[in-house]
Amino acid sequence: MNRHDLNTVLSWVPLGSKVLDLGCGDGAFLKRLCEERSAVGVGVDIDPDNLVSAVSKGLDVIQEDINEGLNCFTRHRFDVVILTHALQELTHPHLALERMVHIGEEAIVSFPNFGHWRCRTHLGLTGRMPVSKAMPRSWYDTPNIHFCTVKDFEALCSDLRIDIIERATIAGAAQNWLGKWWPNLFASSAVYRIRRSAH
Amino acid sequence: MPNSDAHNSVGLVSPCRARFEAAFQLLNGSVLAEHELVYETYGELNAAGDNAVLICHALSGTHHAAGFYAEDDQRPGWWDLAIGPGKPIDTRRLFVVCSNNLGGCDGSTGPNTLNPATGKPWGAKFPQPQVQDWVRSQKLLAEYLGISRWAAVIGGSLGGMQALQWAIDYPEWVEHCVALAAAPKLTAQNIAFNEIARHAILSDPDWCEGDYLSRDIVPTRGVALARMVGHLTYMSADGMSDRFGRELREGSFTPEAESEWVFQVESYLRHQGTRFSAQFDANTYVLMTRALDLFDLAVSDQGDLKAALDKARADFLVLSFSSDWRFPPHRSIEIRDALMAAGKPVTYANIETDNGHDGFLLPNQTYEALLTQWMRRVGPT
Repeated sequence: MNRHDLNTVLSWVPLGSKVLDLGCGDGAFLKRLCEERSAVGVGVDIDPDNLVSAVSKGLDVIQEDINEGLNCFTRHRFDVVILTHALQELTHPHLALERMVHIGEEAIVSFPNFGHWRCRTHLGLTGRMPVSKAMPRSWYDTPNIHFCTVKDFEALCSDLRIDIIERATIAGAAQNWLGKWWPNLFASSAVYRIRRSAH
Repeated sequence: MPNSDAHNSVGLVSPCRARFEAAFQLLNGSVLAEHELVYETYGELNAAGDNAVLICHALSGTHHAAGFYAEDDQRPGWWDLAIGPGKPIDTRRLFVVCSNNLGGCDGSTGPNTLNPATGKPWGAKFPQPQVQDWVRSQKLLAEYLGISRWAAVIGGSLGGMQALQWAIDYPEWVEHCVALAAAPKLTAQNIAFNEIARHAILSDPDWCEGDYLSRDIVPTRGVALARMVGHLTYMSADGMSDRFGRELREGSFTPEAESEWVFQVESYLRHQGTRFSAQFDANTYVLMTRALDLFDLAVSDQGDLKAALDKARADFLVLSFSSDWRFPPHRSIEIRDALMAAGKPVTYANIETDNGHDGFLLPNQTYEALLTQWMRRVGPT
């Protein structure tokens, strides 16, 4: 899967930030943040093999289930809290978002857009849940249990009193301008910079 | 020394002895006019002196952490799993030091050594050391060895607590700190188990108020029972079921059988108790469990663990073991969260295992891989 969202996330992380990467996987992206953005990073992951890989890259990681509420970070402040392509795997995405903007000055979230026209046509024409290269698993064994669309996400942010600072959409090369103008239909994934509303 | 171990073992080792003739005052005010520490080292101290690693042993541990004492020695040191060439604590690039704590019974000044004032064994009159005293005495040992800073201080259980104490008592000395299966202080349940162990020893008729050595007897029954209770708390219920189940070592379940029954688990515990009581001093067991009871990382910070750990300058590795009920994962998480709240670099994982508290001493793929990878940041690169 092409993860163009990561380049956007990278460009949004201010130089020298304290970064918390939720679901950091093998730490490859967090390592990039440390090297290319001089970030001071901490990763969170639950998978032991991922932890070993991340530690082997010289990173500090915490084994924790994001679904457990990230309580360990209540007294810790980060400049940026990152969650890339994992929102849809969480038991309570809304609680995680609230926690993220609480422990970070800013949060950056990316997710696959379920409102993409391919998903819609797949569901519309075949009557079956979409399965694609990017989302290869069937509905019953997919880790992606909370799909949302660009519109859904923005509505949730509004409900949670979370401000959207910036939005970027990822679409195929041919549809890039469409993705910009009509993200809910043409963006294959979306990236958001968000923060707790001041009001 | 089994052949299979030869390729990545530190090989044959022998203990060394350091003598300190200056008076050493313990936290409780008592003074040792002189004292000795017995220790082992593996690997070479480099010219820059920046590759020294200190291993702190657990309750009943010794300075013999790795290697063998003789060619026909079947059992290596207690943490041979982790220490050696190519092992997580790699002696090809690190200089490893492990000392027997003051008050121990394996050669360091303790209850079973002679009190110079009386010419008799100290026995129960040996002053009660605390973890801070051990840290301070190990600092003297480091200076004696020409070490001015530890690349890492590492320990499990009580040893992990000692490593943490090092990190806050001498922040400029400790670059990395590894606390395995540790806790910031003991719970009532922990203290209760220690008290049962002490009570077993103190109620042995051969205890003689701790003065058994001068009467040439040993309260082996008490020590064995103390060890059986202790050992039980080091294992998990699932681990014990897997290992022993309900198997009989002697006797039979058939109704007509008339016999004595000995379950495998009984036989195992008895064996552990007997073996231990033959080699471990009863007074030391009492002192060590008491030091554990008294340990509180935040004692001089009004119980504020974050404030205590705030003093440290080390990078931390905190590991817990999923089936450990002596110091369960949430005790390590207390340490982890306080470290994070204090803004200290920390890596934490909870190792999935049936090995209980003993998990930090036993083979486990994730545990060994994590320790190996994390240790690569320790010492000169």
